Amino acid sequence: MAEPLLELRHVRKAYGALVVTDDVSLSVEPGELHAIIGPNGAGKTTLIHQISGTLPPDSGQVLFGGEDITRLPMPRRVRRGLARSFQITSILPGFSALENVALAVQARSGSSFRFLGNAAQEKALNGPAMECLDLVGLSPRAYVPAGLLSHGEKRQLELAIGLATEPKLLLLDEPLAGTGHDESQRVVETLRRLKSRLTIVLIEHDMDAVFSLADRVSVLVYGRVIATDTPERVRTNPEVRAAYLGEEELV
Amino acid sequence: MTELAETPSAPAPSLTTRLELIPIVLFAAFAAAPLLATSSGAEGYVLSLLTRVMIFGIAAMALDLILGYGALVSFGHAAFLGLGGYAVGILASHGIEDALIQIPVALAGSAVFALATGAISLRTKGVYFIMITLAFGQMLYFLATSLAPYGGDDGMTLSSRSLVAGSGILENDFAFYWVCLFCLLGTYAFSRALVASRFGRVLRGTRENTTRMEAVGFQPFRFQLVAYVISGMMAGLAGCLLANQAEFVSPAFMTWQRSGELIFMVVLGGLGSLHGAIIGAAAFLLLEEFLPEILHAAGFFLSEETRSHLAENWKMVFGPLLILVVLFVRGGIMGLLRRPHHG
Ligand SMILES: Nc1ncnc2c1ncn2[C@@H]1O[C@H](COP(=O)(O)OP(=O)(O)OP(=O)(O)O)[C@@H](O)[C@H]1O
Ligand SMILES: [Mg+2]
Repeated sequence: MAEPLLELRHVRKAYGALVVTDDVSLSVEPGELHAIIGPNGAGKTTLIHQISGTLPPDSGQVLFGGEDITRLPMPRRVRRGLARSFQITSILPGFSALENVALAVQARSGSSFRFLGNAAQEKALNGPAMECLDLVGLSPRAYVPAGLLSHGEKRQLELAIGLATEPKLLLLDEPLAGTGHDESQRVVETLRRLKSRLTIVLIEHDMDAVFSLADRVSVLVYGRVIATDTPERVRTNPEVRAAYLGEEELV
Repeated sequence: MTELAETPSAPAPSLTTRLELIPIVLFAAFAAAPLLATSSGAEGYVLSLLTRVMIFGIAAMALDLILGYGALVSFGHAAFLGLGGYAVGILASHGIEDALIQIPVALAGSAVFALATGAISLRTKGVYFIMITLAFGQMLYFLATSLAPYGGDDGMTLSSRSLVAGSGILENDFAFYWVCLFCLLGTYAFSRALVASRFGRVLRGTRENTTRMEAVGFQPFRFQLVAYVISGMMAGLAGCLLANQAEFVSPAFMTWQRSGELIFMVVLGGLGSLHGAIIGAAAFLLLEEFLPEILHAAGFFLSEETRSHLAENWKMVFGPLLILVVLFVRGGIMGLLRRPHHG
């Protein structure tokens, strides 16, 4: 098998006495959709923070494409192809949806130290941005200020922004949280289409979505990975059942 | 993707065009003012007052660039007025009186100071940024007071205004007025282009959500630093003009009160519109100038004695008035001009 795209080696993070990431070792293969599930407070978001560079781990290593990126700040990781979305929506509320995405396109296309020319009119930025909005089904709302979008639309916008950075690996922190049924169906369909194009690490509480999308599932409980396997085998893993999921939820 | 170009990018283009009217009217008023000044009889007074307004307009606009568009509350921006002023004063005292040398030196000095202090200040956030910019401003202020060869506390009087390529044209108040208007217009046009550019869009993005900007791959610090340097240079230019207007430089150019006044002008005019800062500077300086008379006139129903008391102690009214504007007129004067169109 090819070398993993993302590899965590003995990553550890503690807040005082609370160990939130406990010796996590994990590898994500190129092209797979790797879901991370776990109960509330298991440390999933904290793990994403450490992979994306939002927070430094206390110890251990993060390797991306074989290179150690443990000490690299977030913007540099993004430029290497590692993008993330946030569990708590993080967008630019005063910018239109299109401009939110166009900024991500701008970040990877040429220098942003250009002091002349109207950026909002640049077709080379707006074109790809519109395609990303299209992909998540948000293009009809392109010119609406992002702050005025519905909660579900904001979640879709986060996804579009992440895509616009043209990542090799996309880290999604509960993209379905708080979306309505139709919106969440659409996001699942979008992810299904994206699966063939890029590697995805998906954190999600919606088990239907996880088991229909994931190639592999890792289960995180109290900061520890207790299992990494195919969805079917995770579903039947007694340890997982005991530690985490209500029996009926998995059947 | 082709239909993209045809789709209107703003829901109400009429609103934007209507707002463009404000800067047009503003600059037309500045252009027409000298003609009115001639007919007013107090030509010198009107010209010098309006020249000051334009100079502070440049400085306030410089501050708006980082405060309004980058949410960076610099409490030491008067330092750049001082830098510009002292560059003119010190060079002139050594016989270098040409603006073509003085201004580039002032700009370079401001840029270096901004780069050094910005690189440190921008590592802090919020109230710490305010305090550290204040501290750097004070540092420069105390340096100026200790410059004994250049007047120390008392400052120094310029023997004449700067030359321009050897000619003393700026001695003419009208010519100097037009030069200041030209500088105001130039810095305004440049700033407008800047905030709409790729660079400006990143700066505006960092104002709204720094984490999001990092998460798409920008390093906010660099953009903030460059904006800080540009803003400092513009304020430095205003300092050069101010020294020429007053024909005098002193540490008073860069007191922290002056920095506070600059912030006030920007907030009064309305953050983040550039021409709002110019309007704010105008409102501030004109109010400061005419409030005593206004109070005297407004108190017509009071006894003559109370009226003159009121006029003498106009600052007691000025302060609360400013507070009321900030509290009740959200978005400053620009917010006021915008509001009626919205409903
Ligand atoms: N800055 C912090 N300081 C102290 N404790 C923290 C901090 N951030 C998170 N925690 C704690 O770490 C634990 C893991 O939090 P985290 O947000 O990573 O969980 P999660 O798996 O993403 O949960 P959820 O499913 O609710 O999103 C929680 O107990 C949380 O209270
Ligand atoms: Mg979480």
